Amino acid sequence: MAELKKKEEPKIGVFVCHCGTNIAGSIDIKAVMEYAKTLPNVAIADDYQYMCSTPGQNKVVEAIEEHKLTGVVVAACSPRLHEPTFRGATKLGGLNPFRFEMANIREQNSWVHMHQPEEATEKAKDAVRIAVAKASLLEDLIPKSVPVEQAAMVVGGGVGGMQAALDLANAGIKTYLIEKEPSIGGRMSQLDKTFPTLDCSQCILTPKMVDVARNENIELLTYTEVEAVEGYIGNFDVTLRKKARGVLTTEEAEARGFVGGGCNGCGDCEDVCPVIRPNPFELGMAPMKAIYVYHPQVSPLLYTIDFDSCVKCNLCVDICGDKKAIDLNAVDEFETVKVGSIILATGYDIFPIEEKHEWGYKNYDNVITSLEFERLICASGPTGGHLIRPSDGAVPKKIAFVLCAGSRDNTGVGKPYCSRFCCMYSLKHAHQIIEKIPGAVPYIFYMDIRSFGKMYEEFYYRIQDEGAKFIRGRVANILEDPVTKNLHVNAEDTLLGRPIDMEVDMVVLAAAVQPSAQTEATRRLFGVSCSQDGWLLEAHPKLNPCGTTTAGVYLAGVCQGPKDIPDTVAQAEGAASAASIPIHRGEVELEPYFAVCLEDICAGCGMCINLCPYQALSLIEKDGRTVMHVTEAKCKGCGTCGGFCPGGAIWMQHFTTPQIVAQIDAFLLGGEQ
Amino acid sequence: MADENWKPKIVAIICNWCSYAGADLAGSARTQYPPDIRAIRVMCTGRIDPLFIMKAFQDGADGVLVSGCHFGDCHYLEGNYKAAKRMFLLKSVLKNIGLEDKRLRMTFVSASEGAKWATVMEDVVKTVTELGPSPLGESAR
Ligand code: FES
Repeated sequence: MAELKKKEEPKIGVFVCHCGTNIAGSIDIKAVMEYAKTLPNVAIADDYQYMCSTPGQNKVVEAIEEHKLTGVVVAACSPRLHEPTFRGATKLGGLNPFRFEMANIREQNSWVHMHQPEEATEKAKDAVRIAVAKASLLEDLIPKSVPVEQAAMVVGGGVGGMQAALDLANAGIKTYLIEKEPSIGGRMSQLDKTFPTLDCSQCILTPKMVDVARNENIELLTYTEVEAVEGYIGNFDVTLRKKARGVLTTEEAEARGFVGGGCNGCGDCEDVCPVIRPNPFELGMAPMKAIYVYHPQVSPLLYTIDFDSCVKCNLCVDICGDKKAIDLNAVDEFETVKVGSIILATGYDIFPIEEKHEWGYKNYDNVITSLEFERLICASGPTGGHLIRPSDGAVPKKIAFVLCAGSRDNTGVGKPYCSRFCCMYSLKHAHQIIEKIPGAVPYIFYMDIRSFGKMYEEFYYRIQDEGAKFIRGRVANILEDPVTKNLHVNAEDTLLGRPIDMEVDMVVLAAAVQPSAQTEATRRLFGVSCSQDGWLLEAHPKLNPCGTTTAGVYLAGVCQGPKDIPDTVAQAEGAASAASIPIHRGEVELEPYFAVCLEDICAGCGMCINLCPYQALSLIEKDGRTVMHVTEAKCKGCGTCGGFCPGGAIWMQHFTTPQIVAQIDAFLLGGEQ
Repeated sequence: MADENWKPKIVAIICNWCSYAGADLAGSARTQYPPDIRAIRVMCTGRIDPLFIMKAFQDGADGVLVSGCHFGDCHYLEGNYKAAKRMFLLKSVLKNIGLEDKRLRMTFVSASEGAKWATVMEDVVKTVTELGPSPLGESAR
């Protein structure tokens, strides 16, 4: 490498940040700064209250000019936070931005050794020495710019995914909306009303579904899953599995030469289908045929065959007749699309609350979940909106609601977090039964009512005024009267300090939510991390709640953590805006951390070729010798090849072997070496 | 053990995406742990040349920690598998040259496991402290 041979005298500037008292509270800043001055190659050392502020950054800029620095070290917070900031300052001072190195003396020092100031100060000195050693060997690097594919993808067609897709499409971006179910709409399409406004969920959702279906920039792919993902920001290749639907759209029928054919949603096939199975949309509370649509509002209005239960009797094919919309031999198809950025909006499932045996869900007929309540109270649900007891069809009058069912639960069975929207929908449920069933009384067993949103607290008061009864206490167990099928709710009223045994007609469990079943597989495909409870991990909890650590992949809705509809939609709009940035810019800069072959040393053994997970390496003939060659556009800079090369012939830019060895030496052998 | 005030010198080489982020999280949460470890950041544990670890021991390190993403979570798909294989081999090399293989440790700490990072720190410091100064320590200086 040219840079290797060009010997320059390193001149490093070291800047130590107080970060108010965040760092200065446990580290002796002056001592670290004075120590830095004694290190080899250090031309200037300084300190400042807040290095990231404008005056702090100006210190860097001015020192570069004044001292003709070749490298900059800032000892402050984590490089994951402010490396970009100080690279900017380094560049402003006239140096290549990659001449900057950060010493983390906050997250990995002052904050974790708060009561050991001496040790923390020694550790900070070491960190500065290590950083100076690396900075002395840093080289100029030029990031490569790559063009960005002018399309985006949204995975998940619930309200968040739909909103994100609409925003992207309306900003002029071609957007693929991927939904695993046969229809978009997600959880929201299963709800009856929404709190606190009591809007009918379908009435506000259906127009959005129509907008999505009609939008010219949206390519809606329902009954489709992500199979594989390759590439990086700006250039993702996503392979999709279009599950065999067994029913052709009008376009697909036309492509097969049946002009005027294809599914028109008439439903004749459903009438003749002999197979009856539980309806998953109605949570098993209604029957469904093997050829089906979920509900009348589905989008697209297109039948789907469940091949797991289909007996291939051909009755549907016969009745469909000349439309020739049904193909019982359909197989999954695969398609690869190219997109520049991706939004994940994969939503949530309900925690299997039967695991909390003490409440008897699935053992006692009249213990149901809140989502089942939604379907039972919904006019388009299995009972036409008449709330009845599953055991005998009677109208319940005394209904207990158990809040935090499986949420805020540290027993090991359940979730430690608050599921966030259960309090509010349970208040709504209380309102609904008071409104619909004369004389009915809801009893709400709660730990705290969390009515945090706009007009939520007011809604809470309103429900109290309407006559709902609130009992503060966690329900210990529920027992069924085997004759009447009534339920005995045993709890402690913690306000009155006495035990309660209340007989009710029905119990509704506000079950916790958890990441949807396919979240784990999806996040691995996209290289996104998750937090301990499985929710997808945002790039920064405060400052980048829509981003992920994988550039070009963003998050929307409950997949990132429990949130209600307004928050989901707001985050979706944020994610859409973030995802549109690289596309509108047209090109992205990739960090120039790629591998370079030192051809003089390379023996052409080819051991590295198979180590590369991205097929970026190959062997070529050059000047009569076999040497390794790196395709820069494919290299992502992990360094797995460089960690192995037996001859040390791979130069991992910004993480070179001399740089890392210098860091190790600096720590263990001191700065005087 | 020579001196009860003796503190081990431990190098941690950790990946940017999981363990470094996990270590940062321990910081944000102000989880306290022993201050005897110095971290060097690489993009992926796959980058870690066995040479780095041998160099650290040669320089007198009392312990070396390699920490990356959980299997299946590596930002570059499989760098951590490659690293784990190398560490496994390296442990047998250490034994052959008369160093306790417990001085080298590989852990997997994700970006959300701040508390685990602190536990790993405690653990590694405890193990290495019990082993005492590296026999290579004196000759290094
Ligand atoms: S990126 Fe963490 S081990 Fe590969």
